Amino acid sequence: MGKILKQIRYTPAKIERGYSNKSLYINVGDLRIEEKEVTEFMKEKFVGGKGFDLWYLWNAVTPETRWDSPENEIVMSVGPLGGITQYSGTGKTLVCAISPLTGIPIDSNAGGYFGPLLKFAGWDALELQGKAEKDLIIFIDGNEGLISIEEGEEYPEDTHLLAEELTARFAGSEEDKVHVSVVSSGSAARHVLMGMLNFSFYDPRRKTVRVKQAARGGLGTILRDKHIKALVVKFKGIKPNLNNPADIAAINRIGVKYHKEMHDLDEKQNGMRKIGTANTILVMNKYDLLPTRNFQTGGDPDAVKISPEVFINQYLTQGLHDGCWYGCTMSCAKAADHFKLLTGPYAGQCVTVDGPEYECAAGLGSNLGIFDPQAILEQNFYCDTYGIDLISYATTVAFIMECYEREQIRPEHTGGLDLRFGNATASLELLHQMSRGEGFGVLAGLGIRRLKQVFVERFGADPKLLEDIGMENKGLEYSEYLHKESLAQQGGFALTNKGPQHDEAWLIFMDMVNNQIPTFEDKAYALYYYPMFRTWFGLCGLCKLPWNDIVPADNYKTDTPAKVPEHVQNYVDIFNAVTGKKIDQDELIRQSERVYNFQRVFNIRMGSGLRKHDKAPYRSLGPVTAEEYLSRQERYDKQLRELQGLDPAVMSLDEKIAATRAYREKQFELLTDAVYKRRGWTEDGVPTPEHLKEIGMDLPMLLEVVEKHL
Amino acid sequence: MISVNTHEQPWREGLNVQALLDEMGFIFRHIIVRVNGEYVPEEAYAARLIADGDDVQVMHLIAGG
Repeated sequence: MGKILKQIRYTPAKIERGYSNKSLYINVGDLRIEEKEVTEFMKEKFVGGKGFDLWYLWNAVTPETRWDSPENEIVMSVGPLGGITQYSGTGKTLVCAISPLTGIPIDSNAGGYFGPLLKFAGWDALELQGKAEKDLIIFIDGNEGLISIEEGEEYPEDTHLLAEELTARFAGSEEDKVHVSVVSSGSAARHVLMGMLNFSFYDPRRKTVRVKQAARGGLGTILRDKHIKALVVKFKGIKPNLNNPADIAAINRIGVKYHKEMHDLDEKQNGMRKIGTANTILVMNKYDLLPTRNFQTGGDPDAVKISPEVFINQYLTQGLHDGCWYGCTMSCAKAADHFKLLTGPYAGQCVTVDGPEYECAAGLGSNLGIFDPQAILEQNFYCDTYGIDLISYATTVAFIMECYEREQIRPEHTGGLDLRFGNATASLELLHQMSRGEGFGVLAGLGIRRLKQVFVERFGADPKLLEDIGMENKGLEYSEYLHKESLAQQGGFALTNKGPQHDEAWLIFMDMVNNQIPTFEDKAYALYYYPMFRTWFGLCGLCKLPWNDIVPADNYKTDTPAKVPEHVQNYVDIFNAVTGKKIDQDELIRQSERVYNFQRVFNIRMGSGLRKHDKAPYRSLGPVTAEEYLSRQERYDKQLRELQGLDPAVMSLDEKIAATRAYREKQFELLTDAVYKRRGWTEDGVPTPEHLKEIGMDLPMLLEVVEKHL
Repeated sequence: MISVNTHEQPWREGLNVQALLDEMGFIFRHIIVRVNGEYVPEEAYAARLIADGDDVQVMHLIAGG
């Protein structure tokens, strides 16, 4: 145990209708610990979760703030519905900060117990500001009403060791371990910009600590820059009525119906309880959506080697409850137990690997040309324990591998690492270098936006090629879906607030396969409704997966089955039952719209958030290279004939690639026009004062920002 | 010809829903099939014949991520 630097006592606030109405501010620079009131204004305009995070962050920073400025904050909040135990997916913690990768607010979310336990300890939100000189551990005891800050130099950095040690120490006994949750990063987060946060929960059946990640945007990098080694919260006494909801009977009734759906239908639908999100690996491969070798193509015959069945039959423990918060019958947080590591500092040890989720298998697998499940799980483990966002890592390494194979970088630049597609050994060594803070791994940890500049300026790479194949937007790396044939999803990734992460909108099936949204107006509506609807999960502390990875048996009878109307109504009813308010489905969207536009204006305030910042790399829109075109030549030739009235038979390959590019880039611009119009923004992507007024967000602080850009 | 998700597809005598799904590569399990607006339950895929000129909708449900 390290030296106690600060300790205070507090009286935990009683939760009323989902809110403790208090938030906690900790400055690790001067060790200030303060309590703030959560106001009615905050609840009305921002609801909670990501909304509260962004509100506090706005007030903490200035346009000059950078990710490593002391005033940058890590803010986390679970939202008013967070912590209920009667419905699936109700334990999400939302985290925001100014991102090292993008320079604008990032929002990322994680399961695990931290957020709900923090609220039940009396805090709707937690702000972490300042920078300490030495590593700290922050501990919040919600039963004793105690907050302490102590030195943390003696603890290990890597999460699988650190979280186990802190859980054991602060629990005090085996039975109390489930009442402790730890937030930590890992040894690599001090050396890379893509560091992530692990949120723990103790699994009493496996007798081990499990982790879920708030992975995107470099939050772990900020945590370690502040010299926070870990946050620990302890609260004993979880029960269904802790949110003190207005109508617990309604929540119970909705929950019982939902759990029956899950029990009866999951096996027939997505099989989330067997394999989790990785159920879609072969589906994505079949539909040409599985990103392969830096998003060049959408699949590979070798994908069968990393099929869901391979993971289920050879690695993932079946039959255990895998919910990452109480009451989640979706139970999709799968794990590979007794997994023997073959490389790195823990080689030879057997560990539990949380995963693989779909993004892991696609990113660390096919997108790197690696079709070896052992290698995927080993990279998964090391990304987690070292504190590395595996999506940014995978997409960055995919970019590096393509640069290497196209001789834009050479062995003398990589320290001799042979970074060809498929070389899992080289990828693992890169991860270990990130952990040690040495070699090419540190350079790779800068992410694609900065690497493009380094490769051009220092290694003489072709800037145009790198702009085309570097899969980043706003500085954030794309998540793992090939989407060249879905114009709507091109917007779903690029016309976003934080950057290309699929949690705003995933429209590929609706657009490319179902052909449900053929016009620009249809796509623009989808890129209005779904991002707004999905933002709402982040305001309330909810997981998106229970919304549509299982649907009611009679969902097909509805007019809008893609929206899963019964589940949308469940959320409205649960919100009303917890808070005592009376919102409807329209107001749900409006609640999100307020925060979504606030975040857009926040981006503008930080020097981003305009049309030029929403530009997509051409690899996102269409075939960059001759190999890509030729790999799907029949499709592209057909499009030239049918969409442009051209005759590919009389065109050279270069002419066909150029014509395809001109057409697709124009389509993207037209889509952008339609989406901005639908969202109430100017042609430059700026929310108009009229729109801000219409949604109740004509706050002087926002108007002052947008008026400079009208 | 038939229409599948508004795109024209060749038709042949004896074509049923299951065969169409197989030929289209629609392996995703979470789908809703309608022929001329009429819902076809999964257990009827093999028996439900598709006639020339039919309008088939195969709605893939996941909205992902």
